[in-house]
Amino acid sequence: MLRIIKREDVSKRQSILIRFIAILLSLVFSGVFIFILGFNPIEVFGNMVIGALGTEMRIKETIIKAIPLIITSLGILVAFKMKFWNIGGEGQIIMGAFAATYIALNYSDNFSRPVVLILMMLAAMITGGIWAFIPAFFKVKFGTNETIFTLMMNYIALKWVTYLQYGPWKDPNSQGFPKVANFEVNAILPSVFGIHIGWIIAIVLTIIIAIFMNYTKKGYEITVVGESIDTAKYAGMNIKMIVITAMLISGGLCGLTGMIQASAIEKTLTVSLSGGYGFTAIITTWLSNLKAPFVLMTSLAFAVLLQGGSYIQIAMQVPSSVADMIQGMILFFVLGSEFFIRYTIGLKSKEVA
Amino acid sequence: MKKILAVLLILVLVLGTFTACGGAKEPAKAAEPLTVGFIYVGPIGDGGFTYAHDQGRIYLEDYFKGAVKTIYQESVPETMQDVTNAAKNMIDQGAKVIFTTSFGFMDATEALATQYPDVIFMHFSGFKMNETNFGNYFGAMEEARYLSGIVAGMKTKTNKIGYVAAFPYTELLIGINAFTLGAQSVNKDATVSVVWTNSWFDPAKEKDAATALLDQGCDVLAQHVDTTGPQIAAEERGVWAIGYNSDSSAAAPNAFMTAPVWNHGIYYVAQIQKVIDGTWKPESYYGTMADGYIGLLPLTAVAPEGAQAKVDEIQAKIVAGTFPIFTGPIFDQTGKEVVPAGKSLTREEIWKMDYLVKGVQGSLK
Repeated sequence: MLRIIKREDVSKRQSILIRFIAILLSLVFSGVFIFILGFNPIEVFGNMVIGALGTEMRIKETIIKAIPLIITSLGILVAFKMKFWNIGGEGQIIMGAFAATYIALNYSDNFSRPVVLILMMLAAMITGGIWAFIPAFFKVKFGTNETIFTLMMNYIALKWVTYLQYGPWKDPNSQGFPKVANFEVNAILPSVFGIHIGWIIAIVLTIIIAIFMNYTKKGYEITVVGESIDTAKYAGMNIKMIVITAMLISGGLCGLTGMIQASAIEKTLTVSLSGGYGFTAIITTWLSNLKAPFVLMTSLAFAVLLQGGSYIQIAMQVPSSVADMIQGMILFFVLGSEFFIRYTIGLKSKEVA
Repeated sequence: MKKILAVLLILVLVLGTFTACGGAKEPAKAAEPLTVGFIYVGPIGDGGFTYAHDQGRIYLEDYFKGAVKTIYQESVPETMQDVTNAAKNMIDQGAKVIFTTSFGFMDATEALATQYPDVIFMHFSGFKMNETNFGNYFGAMEEARYLSGIVAGMKTKTNKIGYVAAFPYTELLIGINAFTLGAQSVNKDATVSVVWTNSWFDPAKEKDAATALLDQGCDVLAQHVDTTGPQIAAEERGVWAIGYNSDSSAAAPNAFMTAPVWNHGIYYVAQIQKVIDGTWKPESYYGTMADGYIGLLPLTAVAPEGAQAKVDEIQAKIVAGTFPIFTGPIFDQTGKEVVPAGKSLTREEIWKMDYLVKGVQGSLK
């Protein structure tokens, strides 16, 4: 008979190995599907990598896709480290973009470009933070389930921006087409080496979060709360404050992503601006083993997948759903592998239950 | 840690090999075909809007037999990020001409035209262009809409016609007004009820909107959305429908009467011929029934008796240029005269339309 046994302790090497096998398996299974669709999987995967990294232009496109993933993942990391499951990245991104747009549409002419941009960033971080604070508050006050709460907050944010886009913020010069007016130059992030400045922000934030989590008291407290609430209590930590601070940081970073996407990429506000980054970032965060430097790597890897995915559509005329499917496969196997990191399946054990 | 590094190194090496292979595989051809890219807002299998554009793309490729290679990306969201990325990937594949086929792609296309002066961009349904490499194209769909309105007006028994529409902006207002005038030209009591879905492509929402209209007593449905949802809803109730963009009689054989259609292929061939000849210049093309860009499909057996004859009669006048669609007196919903008797609207005036005509039920929101 098969038995499921909880692993006593898992070495780091083992857990990394299991995750690695999971990714490998997801690629194998995606390969089978691609084969069934009538394409050569090796060629498809090869073309994805070529399409993402083959030329300077493609690398730039990949980095542009990696930037929102990195910043959102860093935000989600802070929450996940505390075992607070922030599934609300998408909504926090949208609310951040909303606040940044408010500044861009109303105050672009009042200040110089750097001031406008900094105001937009602050507004975005505060609003994203508030959007994460609400579920955090209810969690610490009433013990609500944060997974459901943050998830639902996404839809409220989405509907709010939809309302603005189709209603009060509709551009009167768009012939009635539901779009928000484009930003003026003052509200658009500049480029450095051909890519918008978001890449520098992403790298700086990675370093800051790495230091914050590993070398500061607050970062340490967040980790302790995640490991064991009892320990944290015993050590006299103010758990409620820690949870709320961490969520403000988490939502603030996601909100910043929204500002960057609205300002540097869309140059306006749209409901589709978040592009699913809030959800994809959950995968990249999880794969990074909740370590900031690894977030850079996993986000880049996923950006390769995204850019490669749109490249193969055009180069090989592979349906758009293939890239989505590969992502889904990776998520499925990685989440599935968590089970094998915590448990092991053996034949009839000697231990008596 | 060392092991991870080793694994990573191996990965990089493997990927490197892939890249090398890929580079070597591309053969050097003597006469490179002209690569033309198409960016679509929906899936090519939507049975409507994107399908019609894709038929045009296939027609183009068949016409030039190897001298033109086409590539496309479907289901591209109307965001800067996605449109820009799709276009860049196409240019990367050698595209020299790119057609962007949805209104929401306009701003992105404008920015791309500035960024890539050597690539020709043509945008469907927008109003922006430049002097060098960015043109737009559209057509007098009001002509075919008016004719389809005649069919609906003759068919309805309840005198209530439903109209499922995407967004309340100019292009759609023109269509709804032309359709309503057509219906009223044969049936004075006909009213047209409009429901907005706020989406180009949403089969479930379109069908729901259609069902709501049918519940209000509408017995003919027309549409300005991209799928066959409304026609299927009509089929299920045993009433009738007018499609859009392409022949979808297969989806609703007992409901489908006709559809106003775009013959994109004709335009694509003409433009690409100019590009090949080196005579292409940006223009704001406005196709008509006379030049074949706009059409109304032949009526099916479920269409009302005598409708084909009436449609043919008016169509002949439209083609001859003696039947401007928007000719006064025309009244808006409040009863105010918007076009005085004897006056006909020009193209510019038509595109300033910001009202719904008398007989349309529904608001501009």
